[in-house]
Amino acid sequence: MALEMTTDTESAMDTTMSAPPAVSAEGETLKMRGRDVKVFYGDKQALHGVDLDVRKNQVTALIGPSGCGKSTFLRCLNRMNDTIDICRVQGDILLDNDDVYDPRIDVVELRARVGMVFQKPNPFPKSIFENVAYGPRIHGLAQGKSDLEDIVASSLQRAGLFEEVKDRLDEPGTGLSGGQQQRLCIARAIAVSPEVILMDEPCSALDPIATAKVEELMDELRQNYTIVIVTHSMQQAARVSQRTAFFHLGNLVEEGLTNDIFTNPKDQRTQDYITGRFG
Amino acid sequence: MFWTYAALLLLVFVTANVYGRFRAMQVAGHQLSALHSRPSYHGGYLAILAALPAFVLLIAWAIVEPRLLDTMVISAKAESVAGLSKAELQAFLRDARAIAFGGIVAFSDAGKEQAAEVFSSLAQTSFILKTTLIIALVAGGLWYGNRTITPTMRARHFVERTVMALLILCSAVAIFTTIGIVLSLIFESLMFFRQIPILDFVFGTHWSPQSAFEGAGAEHGEANTEIFGAIPLLVGTMLITAIAIFVAAPVGLLSAIYLSDYASTPVRAIAKPVLEILAGIPTVVYGFFAALTVAPFIRGWGESIGLSVSSESALAAGLVMGIMIIPFVSSLSDDVINAVPQSLRDGSAGLGATKSETIRRVVLPAALPGIVSALILAISRAIGETMIVVMAAGLAANITANPLEAVTTVTVQIVTLLVGDQEFDSAKTLAAFALGLLLFCITLALNIFALRVVKKYREQYD
Ligand SMILES: Nc1ncnc2c1ncn2[C@@H]1O[C@H](COP(=O)(O)OP(=O)(O)OP(=O)(O)O)[C@@H](O)[C@H]1O
Ligand SMILES: [Mg+2]
Repeated sequence: MALEMTTDTESAMDTTMSAPPAVSAEGETLKMRGRDVKVFYGDKQALHGVDLDVRKNQVTALIGPSGCGKSTFLRCLNRMNDTIDICRVQGDILLDNDDVYDPRIDVVELRARVGMVFQKPNPFPKSIFENVAYGPRIHGLAQGKSDLEDIVASSLQRAGLFEEVKDRLDEPGTGLSGGQQQRLCIARAIAVSPEVILMDEPCSALDPIATAKVEELMDELRQNYTIVIVTHSMQQAARVSQRTAFFHLGNLVEEGLTNDIFTNPKDQRTQDYITGRFG
Repeated sequence: MFWTYAALLLLVFVTANVYGRFRAMQVAGHQLSALHSRPSYHGGYLAILAALPAFVLLIAWAIVEPRLLDTMVISAKAESVAGLSKAELQAFLRDARAIAFGGIVAFSDAGKEQAAEVFSSLAQTSFILKTTLIIALVAGGLWYGNRTITPTMRARHFVERTVMALLILCSAVAIFTTIGIVLSLIFESLMFFRQIPILDFVFGTHWSPQSAFEGAGAEHGEANTEIFGAIPLLVGTMLITAIAIFVAAPVGLLSAIYLSDYASTPVRAIAKPVLEILAGIPTVVYGFFAALTVAPFIRGWGESIGLSVSSESALAAGLVMGIMIIPFVSSLSDDVINAVPQSLRDGSAGLGATKSETIRRVVLPAALPGIVSALILAISRAIGETMIVVMAAGLAANITANPLEAVTTVTVQIVTLLVGDQEFDSAKTLAAFALGLLLFCITLALNIFALRVVKKYREQYD
């Protein structure tokens, strides 16, 4: 995947996108690849060289005890760590064949391709419509008003929220229930048609019914998107993900098919964690 | 005398406190767990019971006693004060007091000597009465408190309620002071409006109170009502305020955005306090900066491009006032911008928005109510500001929108009306109160409006 030396970001992406996609041993396409990722917060090292692949159109779950670096890794994937002054990232993270941390990469474009849903629902203090229209607006994705309305409606539809809010699109998004807010945030992320959606504990602020809805949604979204989710719930990881990665103290201990990880972990630490021995 | 008693009561308070604790431990058989409230609360309970009623009495006495004595002396010596004017009566009482309690006596006569005797005998009685009552209150409080200290006694609740009463009292002082000031403004203004019709004042376009007793109606000793029109002053005030906000709003807001979202921690740590120092510069310093530096500069600049600029101009005062209120805008806006949750910024960044897009589309709208109220606070500060305009804006009551001309403001005119020899019931002096009331109404309206705005848009996030 030799990058041609171009000064123009877009052409850098275009040329590399035409290269054949990386595939796993089983022949599955690798959407994102982390190679020897090390992250430092000031002097403190939070990740000690993580190699982790994210497969296309699958849900990858990151699990592990609190403070082990799950969020940190997730935030590397779309460079949300850039917003933290003291954070430094080493190693390679590839989206298709583009190095995410390449200085020629435009973060704006990257985040349009790799969207993020946060732990606490954080709708903007705007109307429901404006919340979803936000991304398409800043990226200029819509040609005119009716196009924008279509994007908003279809995003809400795919997030499974349309039926509930179609009569009150101009009411504030903050007036929705917690679960609705989180689905609104998912709709907001979908509206810029990303390729990858990162979710950091998306259900930890939700009640079981809202959680079930979001989980159901993830399973549908996986048809079109690649999803990485951080979760503290073993059951959730088991329910929604195809592959699971277990982190411990800034190291990736084990990664594999979700089924294997939960029924037949290779590492003692994984075993201890999923049986509730620590964490 | 007052202070001796106050000190004694403090001593009672401390002693009762110590004794209360001891007593509580005693009735509990030295077992902490047997007490409903901790011993320190029992100490507080006893101390409050013993010292507080006496202290309240002491203060009440200090307030009431002099007036009461005066009235009693006057009624006892009615024949020697008959026919005295108010001021003469004051002098009479002052001398009588001085004779009785020592002090400088202007001149004395038989009447005053007698009044002094009444004074000292009354004071004696008052002293004995006061002392007895205080001792009785302290003793009664101690006795009752001591008797009621039992393990189950809810001393904590009692102390908490007393503390609350104290807090209420303090806020009441602030509130009543405000009410008092407003009332006095209103009464003085009413006296003014008895001479000058209120409509002439509020809607009049001519202001020259120095000539109040010239021209039409002057020979009857009546004030000429046509010359107390406040409009020129309001126009001047608004012109200068507008210029100031024009300077302060963009500069303050943009620097607040820089400080809250762009500046690195060390830059912020230095820049924010430095900005706030601007607020600490005495306004008189701004005033001569405006009069001696900015005004001549503007004049020179205006002349060089062929404009006539008066040496005192609204522009000079407005610009400098704008600089003065920058910290109000920037500091308050900085706080509200910082209060916008980081999660909203993250959410926006996560969608691929740049920093400036995030600020423009998410942060500023969310912070808008706070920013508006910051601006309005700055405006009311600018409206009330005096020193700069006194020194730099001039005294000419012009109605003009041209910032290069001299204008005058409400505050400047209040100052000029009250400087120099005063008669406290002339229309000229009373006009100052009316202007003060006008100013107060304007800033009050602005503040209420600001509160409304904030309330209406609050709770959009969180
Ligand atoms: N902004 C930050 N500044 C400094 N240190 C940080 C920061 N964010 C995370 N860390 C540190 O990095 C390590 C990993 O944090 P991270 O948030 O990735 O953990 P996590 O696995 O997501 O934990 P949790 O399950 O509790 O969310 C922790 O030790 C944490 O203290
Ligand atoms: Mg986390």
